[in-house]
Amino acid sequence: MGLTALEIYKHLPKKNCTECGVPTCLAFAMQLASLKVKLEACPYVTEQAKAALAASSAPPIRLVKIGTGPNEVGIGDEVVLFRHDKTFFHPTALAGMVLDTSPEADIAAGAAGLNSLRTERVGLMMKLDMIAVRAAAGDPARFAHAVSVVRSKSDLPLVLVSDSAAAMEAGLKVAGKDRPLIHAATAANWEAMTKLAKDNKCPLAITAPGLDALSDLAAKVKGAGVEDIVLDIGEMPMGKALETLTALRRLTIKKSNRAVGYPVLMLVKDDELAPMRAALGVMKYASAVILERVDPATLYPLMTLRQNIYTDPQKPIQVKAGIYEIGKPTDGSPLMFTTNFSLTFFTVQGDIEKSKSPAYLMVLDTEGLSVMTAFAAGKLTPEMVEKMLNESGIKARLGHRKLIIPGIVARMSGKLCELTSWEVVVGPRDSSGIPSFMKTWK
Amino acid sequence: MPIQFPAEKYTGRIAEITLGATKEEGGTRARKVTVGGQAALNFHGADGAYPNPPAVAMEIYDVAPELPEEVVRALGPVLDRPAAWARKCVEDWHADLVCLKLKGTNPEAENRSPEDAARTVEEVLKAVGVPLVVYGSGAEEKDTRVMQVVGELLKKENCAIGQAENEKYKSISVASMGFGQSLVAFSNLDINLAKQLNILLTDFGVKRERILMDPLLGGLGYGLDYSYSVIERIRLAALAGDTMLQNPILVDTSIAWNAREATIGELAAGGDAARRGPAWEATTGIASMVAGADLLVMRHPEAVKMVKGAIAELKGGA
Ligand code: B12
Ligand code: SF4
Repeated sequence: MGLTALEIYKHLPKKNCTECGVPTCLAFAMQLASLKVKLEACPYVTEQAKAALAASSAPPIRLVKIGTGPNEVGIGDEVVLFRHDKTFFHPTALAGMVLDTSPEADIAAGAAGLNSLRTERVGLMMKLDMIAVRAAAGDPARFAHAVSVVRSKSDLPLVLVSDSAAAMEAGLKVAGKDRPLIHAATAANWEAMTKLAKDNKCPLAITAPGLDALSDLAAKVKGAGVEDIVLDIGEMPMGKALETLTALRRLTIKKSNRAVGYPVLMLVKDDELAPMRAALGVMKYASAVILERVDPATLYPLMTLRQNIYTDPQKPIQVKAGIYEIGKPTDGSPLMFTTNFSLTFFTVQGDIEKSKSPAYLMVLDTEGLSVMTAFAAGKLTPEMVEKMLNESGIKARLGHRKLIIPGIVARMSGKLCELTSWEVVVGPRDSSGIPSFMKTWK
Repeated sequence: MPIQFPAEKYTGRIAEITLGATKEEGGTRARKVTVGGQAALNFHGADGAYPNPPAVAMEIYDVAPELPEEVVRALGPVLDRPAAWARKCVEDWHADLVCLKLKGTNPEAENRSPEDAARTVEEVLKAVGVPLVVYGSGAEEKDTRVMQVVGELLKKENCAIGQAENEKYKSISVASMGFGQSLVAFSNLDINLAKQLNILLTDFGVKRERILMDPLLGGLGYGLDYSYSVIERIRLAALAGDTMLQNPILVDTSIAWNAREATIGELAAGGDAARRGPAWEATTGIASMVAGADLLVMRHPEAVKMVKGAIAELKGGA
């Protein structure tokens, strides 16, 4: 990737002071070469060295930020082709779309609807990241008005979609301060679009048929002073899209080709295969996907897929072990246990909440494994449960000695009973059975 | 300067497996299905040979299973009629194969006899012309007897039977070898376990070109993240030359329906459940194919339609 560790080392201060968190300057150089650290971690690099090293310390795919404030999204900056090689860092930004040709009330309702599609899953927020406004009316004033209506309904970052510089300029007058993504510069309009992007300090999407044309256009736009570039691969069948997206990712990661070192965007038109196209983009290297039409019923699985693909494959999402209070439990409330795998914890917590009766939930540290997996792996044992009963302080908070265990691990009840001399109650196999189970609990 | 397509060259190639035997070959199948044979990742024809796109089987059962409401609605009143169900899979929903799950032979449930099972297989064979994949109930001792009878019936049909597992593979391997069937080898979400099972099976005498690997598919949101990477790693290792992993991969996307979010009516930001469920399975399906799956066993007609649509466009890629 760019310079070798030795070439980088030449530019470092050679103080071996360890302030960068690495024992020696050489070790730091090695980490820089493999992109594991940022140059800023060394406080002593000279300005000259910084300039010389800029190329190799810059990520192979530029990080482009869209929007401002808490809703800002960063796209790009990936370093691997396969998630198991490290992890994918910047989840595909998903956008819904409204048209400026719609009646004002529909634009407002559409934007509000897209804005409201958010929910928590396994403790993480799932939502759309952007709203795209398309100029389809051919009237700059109408586009500007549509943009202002959308802004009044949502503070999600915007994508302004038009190939007319006049419409774009009108839209930017309304929203230019919020760093919307300008979509898109083409071979025909790039000078005007690049100027707008520069004047408004906004990221710019570019589109051209084929990789050669795309890379040429990127060079022109960059030459004219805009570096926050997003590549739109254009409309094509899924097979061709996969090939193009793969080519771009390989060129940047394996060939260090900086001419196309930008995040990639895919526009998904509204047809029967739209959910499949969008899923392909999420898995195979699209940093942003704009959906012409959003159906919550297919968006929810898409957002779940994005969660799955962008989690760290080395470390399951987990919660802290400990005693959790659900509702306001008293010393007569039931005690149950589960594991610290996020998916498990949030599922069980939700089900207990549904039962409307307060309870204590004891969450064991199974290194983020689900109940069944942990049990099969020997990472959820009666001994662990006993230890936690004794050491968590839960005994003092209870006026009884009853423990409800997940139905799947009914097999441990004998041993657990023996170890603790508590009354062990086998709960339902699926925690969705907890509400009806609780009705019979005493 | 024109950009060259940055192709990957692999040294390995996946075994090619054909299922189904036509009349000329002594069977009764009207159609054959071939999977595997590629020297590239799925749909990456620009890298190397990619002769066979993934195929889609639809599952049916010997006794009416308990399925989510939405699935029951979509399948119609065929759940207790395996032959009619199979015919719908092929004629209405264009399944490439049918996967018959003989759950009813389970001694802990209906405990249907091997002869009952054979009758069901025969009916299904008559009803459709596509190749079959036939699974026992997972109860080892019973499966041995069931597969003896079923295998005999399928002798000339060149189908696949399953599943062989780490601790229980011998009797089913014997059946597959004796009756000339391919074998589905199930392992538990781990590249090393998958490889180990393949080694056990080949040492035991099963031909490598007869093994379909099922590395366990976790449904969307419920283990898909693990499966995606396990499948991807298996396929990359195979293409890099590991002969003990060069087998077509089979996955079962019906697991997607175990996710509560696929079925519950009220779900925040979840839209209409009738469309969410099929999308849940189809998303699981396309993810498995992109990772490396070559044969999908699917459940819901709408999900099948989406996945087949995706295959048609994806294979036309290069
Ligand atoms: C993803 C997965 C993995 C992932 C780990 C995921 C994780 N972070 O836990 C990986 C790949 C690492 C894995 C590994 C293994 N796995 Co695994 N895995 C799965 C899979 C596909 C999904 C598990 C899951 O996420 N379930 C969802 C969560 C929410 O379920 P849960 O925690 O059990 O919670 C539910 C219930 O238990 C209950 N519940 C939970 N808490 C409570 C509390 C109370 C009070 C009550 C009443 C109810 C309740 O309600 C919850 C919601 O339904 C399942 C198969 C399947 N489809 O279920 C196999 C499965 C669990 N794995 C299995 C096995 C054997 C293993 C391994 C031992 C195999 C191996 N490769 O060596 C290893 C062990 C891990 C290790 N050595 O570290 C087997 C277990 C067999 C058994 N019955 O004992 C399964 C069932 C697969 C199978 N069919 O064979 N696995
Ligand atoms: S902080 Fe800079 S000078 Fe100090 S060891 Fe690290 S690289 Fe060398």
